[in-house]
Amino acid sequence: MGLRDRLGLRHELPPRLRFVLLVFSFALPLGAWCLVSYVPWIWHPLIHVTDPGGADDYLPGMNVERAVFGQEVAAVVKKGQKPPEGYRVNPVYLPPPGKVAVAFVTAFTTPPRLPSEPWLYQSLGQSIRTIFWGFVISSLLGVPLGILCGTYRFFARLQEPFIEFFRYLPAPAFGALCVAILGIDDAPKVAIIVIGTFFQQVLIIANTVRKVDPALIEAAETLGAKGWRLMTSVVIPAALADIYTDMRILLGWAWTYLIIAEVFGTMSGITLFIVLQGRYLHYEYVYAAIAMIGVIGLTTDMTLAWLAGALFPWKRRRSGQRRRAKMFPPPSAALAEVTENAVNSLGSNA
Amino acid sequence: MSLAPLNLPDYREKSPEVAARFKKIGQRPVVLNVRDLHKSFETQEGPKVAFEPMSLDVHRREFICIIGPSGCGKSTLIRIVAGLEGASGGEILIDGHPVSGPGPDRGMVFQGYTLFPWRTVKQNIMFGMEMRGRARTNADVEARQWLDMVGLSKFEKAYPHELSGGMKQRVAIARALANEPRILLMDEPFGALDALTRCKMQNYLLQIWKKVEVTILFITHDLEEACYLADRIIVMGANPGRVLEVIDNPVPRPRRTEQLLSPEFIALKHRLDELIHGASAGESEEEERLPMIKLTEAGDEVE
Repeated sequence: MGLRDRLGLRHELPPRLRFVLLVFSFALPLGAWCLVSYVPWIWHPLIHVTDPGGADDYLPGMNVERAVFGQEVAAVVKKGQKPPEGYRVNPVYLPPPGKVAVAFVTAFTTPPRLPSEPWLYQSLGQSIRTIFWGFVISSLLGVPLGILCGTYRFFARLQEPFIEFFRYLPAPAFGALCVAILGIDDAPKVAIIVIGTFFQQVLIIANTVRKVDPALIEAAETLGAKGWRLMTSVVIPAALADIYTDMRILLGWAWTYLIIAEVFGTMSGITLFIVLQGRYLHYEYVYAAIAMIGVIGLTTDMTLAWLAGALFPWKRRRSGQRRRAKMFPPPSAALAEVTENAVNSLGSNA
Repeated sequence: MSLAPLNLPDYREKSPEVAARFKKIGQRPVVLNVRDLHKSFETQEGPKVAFEPMSLDVHRREFICIIGPSGCGKSTLIRIVAGLEGASGGEILIDGHPVSGPGPDRGMVFQGYTLFPWRTVKQNIMFGMEMRGRARTNADVEARQWLDMVGLSKFEKAYPHELSGGMKQRVAIARALANEPRILLMDEPFGALDALTRCKMQNYLLQIWKKVEVTILFITHDLEEACYLADRIIVMGANPGRVLEVIDNPVPRPRRTEQLLSPEFIALKHRLDELIHGASAGESEEEERLPMIKLTEAGDEVE
């Protein structure tokens, strides 16, 4: 099969090729980063001074722009003194991948500079706690309200217009208010995540519940189900698997609010760690911390996706999913499902 | 397509056995009583009549088919009987008591199966019993008996998406019957099945109907299906929806597939065809002759 067959719309890819493409999807950006970092004549706009020689302004270890260094060398040689020496480097904000990889591990074992500063595991723990409580509080309110709005037009009409308005207000805009009301510790951060998640959650879950096949409800009615039982025995179980998927997407959104939330009051969590490392010019730790957020997010989501199979056995290998899987060949089933669901939810949200 | 040269008997003629059977059915108590029921919708162009006032008595363990073209209001009628839609007037009595809203006394089987996808086959059948608060162990034993009856014991732990269309509909029938309804309402239940499966399902249904104390009201647009299954056939017409004729089916029971070619069967089917397609023959003839320009060469005819 040639490339033309591989690029056919909806064409199924062989598993081997799918795995190779999955590897490439990470290898390509990583490769570009390696090229820029390790090949000295690509970019490297600065000179790292090793020996100042006759240049009075230069100190060993400082970085100078290449053009400026060249002029300095010419000037010093003209004066008949020893020219400064150095080698080409990238700016400090672009550490090579190797250094970042080492930092990814050593970040956990390196003690903080000051005793008042947190260890990395403490920072991460604080961030995860903030997300957890923000998401739990939002869900405790949002899921029941969403189900109620999705089931009864009365509640939908009573709640949704206001929520629809409120969800356009950016959560960080409430930062100052949250600090004023809740103090400077963890509470305002949790509150911002709640504000950022709750309103979307109600609308998305209400929409999911509304999509429950009305024929199922009618069938249950002809079997004698009424009122509250109709809700607990038909509407909720019918929507549960899709609500679960919604929650996975919403959890991803909660992470995006985290970094802004942690700025309010006393800066905390992974944000504090990133800002401190930036201040000390330890950019490899900044990259490592950002990557950790990605790893935590993806791992959580893939675990939840895997759990879904155990929780909702009737959703396994649905013919519809198989069809869609063919349309968008997945690098891995979980990854594809995440993007697909995200796209779906964005579509239904708009 | 004239059938006259075949010298068909009158579709109203019944053999003595069939006549005796109808007499016996008539003596049984009435389970479902529909009185002056009618329905009209409000549309943007003004009110539209779904069906005109109609009355109907269904006797215990009778098998009634309602047949008619699309738009005759047959589905609306059965949904009103089930309590899923409101009527514009008239009333529905079950065993002499007026009913409103859906209830377990009127079980329903839908064309789209409507099995609960999150429940296994057995759990689907237990749904109605759970709603009535039956003890779990009792319900469990009973659900197994129903599974046996529809021949799906092996699939009790399967989920609906693992079953074929015909199997799904058998589960749906068992689920409705497990509730011991006074009347089983079936809204084109075999409409989504292929011809071969449909034929099998019709035989299954007749077998179940014989074994279970249940009265059936069955909606279809398939002439043969109505002739094959029904005791009485209610023929409805469209625009406005109304009852054209109520026919006593002259085909003797027990029904067998060979009867599809018997004179009574063909006569009855011919009559239904006349009622349903004859009424609008003028219009449909016009529609069938499409104003097509001939795009093939002369002499290249296919018929």
